[in-house]
Amino acid sequence: MLVSEKWLREWVSPPLDTQALAERFTMAGLEVGGVEPAGPALENFVVGNVITMASHPEADKLRVCQVDVGDERSRQIVCGAANVCVGAKVVAALPGALLPGGAEIGATKIRGVASAGMLCSAQELGLGEDSDGLLLLPAEAPVGTPLGAYLDLDDAVLDIDLTPNRGDCLSIGGMARELSALTAVRVQPPTIPAIAAAHEGTLKVRISARKDCPHYVGRLIKGINPRTATPIWMQERLRRLGQRSINAVVDITNYVMLELGQPMHGFDAARVSGGITVRHAHKKERLTLLDGSEVTLPDATLVIADDTNALAVAGIMGGMDSAVSDETRDVFLESAFFQPNIVAGRARALGLQTESSHRFERGVDPALQRLAIERATALLLDICGGTPGPVVAAGSAMDRHRRITLRAAETERLLGINIPRREVASILRRLGLAPVSTASGWKVTVPSHRFDIERECDLIEEIARVYGYERIVPRLPVTHMTPVPIPEGQVSDQRARLALVDRDYQEVMTYSFVDPSLQERLDPDATTVAITNPISADMAVMRSSLWPGLLQTVVHNRNRQQRRIRIFEVGHVFRSERGAYRQESVVGGAVLGPVLPEQWASAERAGDFYDLKNDVMAVLGLPGRGESCRFEAANFPALHPGQAAKIIYGDVAVGKMGALDPRHGQALGLEEPVLLFELRLDPLQTGGVPAFQPISRFPAIRRDLAVIVADDIAAAALLNAAAAAAGEALAKLDLFDVYRGKGIDSKRKSIAFALTLQHSSRTLRDKEVDEVMARVIETLRRDFGAELRK
Amino acid sequence: MINTLMNDELKSLTEQALAAAGAATDGTALEDIRVKYLGKKGLLTLELKRVGTLPPEHRRAAGQEVNAAKQVLQERLQARKQELEHGVITEQLAREVLDVTLPGRGAELGGLHPVTRTLQRLQEMFIRMGFEIADGPEIEDDFHNFEALNIPPDHPARAMHDTFYLGPETVLRTHTSPVQIRYMRSHEPPFRVIAPGRVYRCDSDVTHTPMFHQIEGLLVDEAVSFAELKGVLIEFLKQFFEKDLAVRFRPSFFPFTEPSAEVDIGCVICDGEGCRVCQQTGWLEVLGCGMVHPEVFRHAGVDAEKYSGLAFGLGVERLAMLRYGVNDIRLFFENDLNFLKQFN
Repeated sequence: MLVSEKWLREWVSPPLDTQALAERFTMAGLEVGGVEPAGPALENFVVGNVITMASHPEADKLRVCQVDVGDERSRQIVCGAANVCVGAKVVAALPGALLPGGAEIGATKIRGVASAGMLCSAQELGLGEDSDGLLLLPAEAPVGTPLGAYLDLDDAVLDIDLTPNRGDCLSIGGMARELSALTAVRVQPPTIPAIAAAHEGTLKVRISARKDCPHYVGRLIKGINPRTATPIWMQERLRRLGQRSINAVVDITNYVMLELGQPMHGFDAARVSGGITVRHAHKKERLTLLDGSEVTLPDATLVIADDTNALAVAGIMGGMDSAVSDETRDVFLESAFFQPNIVAGRARALGLQTESSHRFERGVDPALQRLAIERATALLLDICGGTPGPVVAAGSAMDRHRRITLRAAETERLLGINIPRREVASILRRLGLAPVSTASGWKVTVPSHRFDIERECDLIEEIARVYGYERIVPRLPVTHMTPVPIPEGQVSDQRARLALVDRDYQEVMTYSFVDPSLQERLDPDATTVAITNPISADMAVMRSSLWPGLLQTVVHNRNRQQRRIRIFEVGHVFRSERGAYRQESVVGGAVLGPVLPEQWASAERAGDFYDLKNDVMAVLGLPGRGESCRFEAANFPALHPGQAAKIIYGDVAVGKMGALDPRHGQALGLEEPVLLFELRLDPLQTGGVPAFQPISRFPAIRRDLAVIVADDIAAAALLNAAAAAAGEALAKLDLFDVYRGKGIDSKRKSIAFALTLQHSSRTLRDKEVDEVMARVIETLRRDFGAELRK
Repeated sequence: MINTLMNDELKSLTEQALAAAGAATDGTALEDIRVKYLGKKGLLTLELKRVGTLPPEHRRAAGQEVNAAKQVLQERLQARKQELEHGVITEQLAREVLDVTLPGRGAELGGLHPVTRTLQRLQEMFIRMGFEIADGPEIEDDFHNFEALNIPPDHPARAMHDTFYLGPETVLRTHTSPVQIRYMRSHEPPFRVIAPGRVYRCDSDVTHTPMFHQIEGLLVDEAVSFAELKGVLIEFLKQFFEKDLAVRFRPSFFPFTEPSAEVDIGCVICDGEGCRVCQQTGWLEVLGCGMVHPEVFRHAGVDAEKYSGLAFGLGVERLAMLRYGVNDIRLFFENDLNFLKQFN
């Protein structure tokens, strides 16, 4: 809401300068977002009168004018505007004047003819968009008056960000009431007398949707002059509050809206057939709006119709056909109350946000309609002439006043401060809430314009706001102590993050919505969760995996010359399951490039599956439950078919890892291999509490074993069998070599591992150790066809 | 006569031996000398044997002399051995000098995302004040995201939210406030809880991304008022910025709190002098807060006559931007490693 300070001060003028005024509003919840001067500082611009006009000897379109600027001698000024004429009151920029655009006016020659200044258009003055001809001032404008003084430009415009609950402040009158409450200076509204009818003519008004439109007031004004120019003072006020001047009738209805807060509309009565009906739109009913767009009205849209057609969308926008024009003689003025919800839903559905809908959806004073129509009548008669008919109304004004009980104790309980009763009562009075004192507090009566005040806490907020939040003394809460359990075994997401950070991973955060085509390629089996109104086509589905986002991050950084990328993310992934949405917490990572940063005296090595597996194992080890982890070869659409594993923790499938299928890499423009993992965090959150095991004091014996087996034997199977065969004497089993190549059959491989044997209460004898080794060798031979490597 | 002869011989033998020991350059040479003079058939050993051939009255003195000579030689050999060993180790050490300024080798440390860093710090602060952490779904229903928070359909406040829809009644949560409702409906007061997490709004520019993080705070008890709201938040902001900040509470409007406030801090960039970041006002808006609205308590099943509550919601990226001087919120989700590594 833009507010002209001078206009506001006509209603109420507290002893505060502009800055202090803005501060007072801001600190009362009406945030002033900016304060701008009402117009440019127009020095050396004066009201001029064109005395004579002659054609320019050298140019057809130029005129040589003699202009009276209020002193003894007239000025000769060359002008090219089409609307210049003798007797016109114009704005003359004299030498020294600085146009808001930056140009300085001097005495000059235009095509050989001396010109001692310039006659200006509204646009050149920074006072409007009209560049089509000179800004013409009214005939009574006093010649020689500086323009700034004439237009009262020494004014400030406050830009106020009103919260949606304060529809009552969407007018100068509303802002004045508020300022009065905040400063305790009485408000002086303009007197608006009822104007008697001078003829009996009217349109019949009928409401067939009483719930949505409880009150409709209209009036027929006959015989106006439709071509009257809007007075300059009104144009200026409209401009300052952000309204373009259209024509006198429209300007007057807009002016009343800005002054009182009641949106109004004027119909050309000649274009209305029969009477006015407020009704819901028919199915697929069409209407061409004022802005020229033709719309099909959604069901249940409230319209203003005549006997045959819809004329306007109620509270939102008028129609083209019945609009007031240059030919209009008789105007039918509308001043109605439409329920906020009927306007709010429709304005959005139609994509129309107008000054009118903005007000109706926030609420208009339901008792204001008659006053507004009287105000508009007076202005219309004054400016455009014409004769008023009687005020016609359907429905009734809803000026039932709400009564609310306010308890002093509740006020203190919520605000934490004891405000003296006298001060509370004074604040309520200033807000127009008519408090009546009771034993426990007050009974207040809420005026119709404060439709936002519905209950006790609304009143308490009003009191706090006017009293001043800054006067409430802060204090720290005194609350009940509650012990918060800290389960020792619990592994937080943060622990997983730190484990990866310590292993040289950088955490990233990618959007939860991803490119549907990328997700479809990487995770075609996911049940897609699509966004109805995505911000862009490549952010249209909720991620089913962290991989699309991680891969895009890899691409982003690879394209920026990063050759070693190790990233991870912790976040939710989403899927829909039998109509319900599920989110799950996961950690995922992506790795590209050398396993270590480039360093001296150390050969660079590309990171591979097993480097990543070790990082994954670090996360899997966090719960410390000693649960077994299994990695099973598996197929995932995103991954290389021979380098992909399903990860099983205990009995639960917790994740997947492997190399990105190089075909996906190519599509993303990645030439180097990328490794990926993703783990569900929930199964890894419950850990164990450590339990002490006695340490054996007896020597451990290490025996190494190298066996040759078929190439497709899984190492884990071999080791598990060896461990089982070794029995309880086995303290540790470490694989230390895998070899294929020279000296070994091409379809076989050598696997070497070390068994560490130890007894808890005595030294093992050589014979026992030999027996264990024989058992292991025999088992591997029997179950895997293993032969000892010589 | 014999005596003298023996003396002279012993003397020259000793001198020879000592000279050889002094000239020896390694352990082997020293060992050879030891064997030559002191071994079983060594020259000095033989000298000692010859003592027995002397007249008895000379034997004692001669024996002493030979033994003294042997001892001198032994000491000399020992000393020379140490000298040589010392020389070897010194040489070895000299060869082993390193350039200690060369870089170390191995993996480096990674780092946390700046938003995580900020989130963790914020959470820690509230946990120390006795708050618990609660969680809720990012895909929310209309009831929890709007209706239960006193934002009915078509309420103009919905326009402030720029909501992403997944279906007519399903949204990406526009704030963390729905966790309030979920928490209150499943627990018994008093409540002291924060709900950190991702939220979504259909908006994108220098100060807006379609996804960002909020922390919702809720404290409900029998004696919680606007004074406590101010107390908790002023204390929190001063601790977060580690600065004795100016803090002001401005009346505002949220459908789910009443009274409601926006909280401004004195600009941390210009110390309130006025700059581009604070748009010359000297103030920065950092969070919204208020007293829990009775309608919200009704939806959550809390007795609003017995309990009152304070609630607040703060934008994590906003705080991180102010804390670290980041000037474009989109940088957080672009994930450029050159940006992220600045926070490690």
